[in-house]
Amino acid sequence: MTNIQFMLQIEQSAGGPDVAVEIGGMPIRLRTDDAGFRALLEKRYAGFVRPAGDSFFALDVDVVHPERALSRAEELRVWNDGGVWRLERGDFRAEWDPRVGRGKILQSLSPYAIDSVLRIVHTLIQAKEGGFLLHGASAIRNGRAFVFSGVSGAGKTTISRLAPADSVLLTDEISYIRREGDSYCACGTPFAGELARLGANEAAPIERLYFLAKGPKNNIDPIDTGDALRMLLRNILFFADDEDLVKMVFRSACEFLGRVPAFRLTFYPDERVWDLIQ
Amino acid sequence: MSPTYIARSSAIAARMLGGEMMIMSAVDSTFFTLNEVATAIWRAADGRTPLEEIVEREVCRDFEVEPEEARRDAEQFVSELSQHGILLVSDEPIPANQPGTAESQ
Repeated sequence: MTNIQFMLQIEQSAGGPDVAVEIGGMPIRLRTDDAGFRALLEKRYAGFVRPAGDSFFALDVDVVHPERALSRAEELRVWNDGGVWRLERGDFRAEWDPRVGRGKILQSLSPYAIDSVLRIVHTLIQAKEGGFLLHGASAIRNGRAFVFSGVSGAGKTTISRLAPADSVLLTDEISYIRREGDSYCACGTPFAGELARLGANEAAPIERLYFLAKGPKNNIDPIDTGDALRMLLRNILFFADDEDLVKMVFRSACEFLGRVPAFRLTFYPDERVWDLIQ
Repeated sequence: MSPTYIARSSAIAARMLGGEMMIMSAVDSTFFTLNEVATAIWRAADGRTPLEEIVEREVCRDFEVEPEEARRDAEQFVSELSQHGILLVSDEPIPANQPGTAESQ
């Protein structure tokens, strides 16, 4: 078979042009024969979808019809199997080989399955790079990014909803933290929370990390480093009890706090809180 | 009573941050912040020095504490960290190259 024939065969098996979903400057090519699924991707990740081009990372997606349980695991299970990560939940089974940046997914036609796999794959990619995904809202103001971390109910959606017109919301739910040399930047993500709004596909250097709490008035307080690390680790997306991964995430969290100042932001839920965030 | 030897596990991540020793178990992700006394014991946990000697050398000499109280607190601390696999405990010296110790890596 000539190279040309081989290329033609690949194109035919893909059933149309591949797309890549680019989050945090990391495009992942998603190969699928399923036109319905491709349409779902383009709708769900609007602003983050681009032509696959020369994306280094790739996932082959097989969509099963009709929808059926693909794993007996109701809760998400992620484990390392001789260097290959295996991911399972009721609505998908997937694997990811970080050595070659390739993986595959068997899933139902559900946006939640691909969403989960993308979060995990990005977590694994960033763990090696010193970055991480964090339960937190983030926004850019005056060219600098502010990250607001907290557990469910801490106020991520509220502070996002109150963001002023001169800010750019990167996410109300999952912040994407990338290390760039000695500094960190926050990148927009399509992982929306209660606000149900995709973040902007933009990035900026992180000025501050705030741990959110709602209160009777607006206040920014210093926070003990140990407490900051404890809270940061609690909010970093983490999927597996894997020794190497735990060590990488711990190191990333420590180095992040060594470079980005962290504070506790107690706020009363109205727009005046943004007067403090400049 | 036979001496107790302690060694740092390899299945942990540890870092001094803001003047405090932060330790996380890579096995169950439990997180600990050690105070100054606990950090001194942690650092001296080489698998060769008996705990009693570590307490005498690192705690009683540098901190104002009664030997008996220091020993009791140290045993409790060691017991807790060993339950999370952070410290290895033995009644014999623990070789540096024994799998599972930080020094073996």
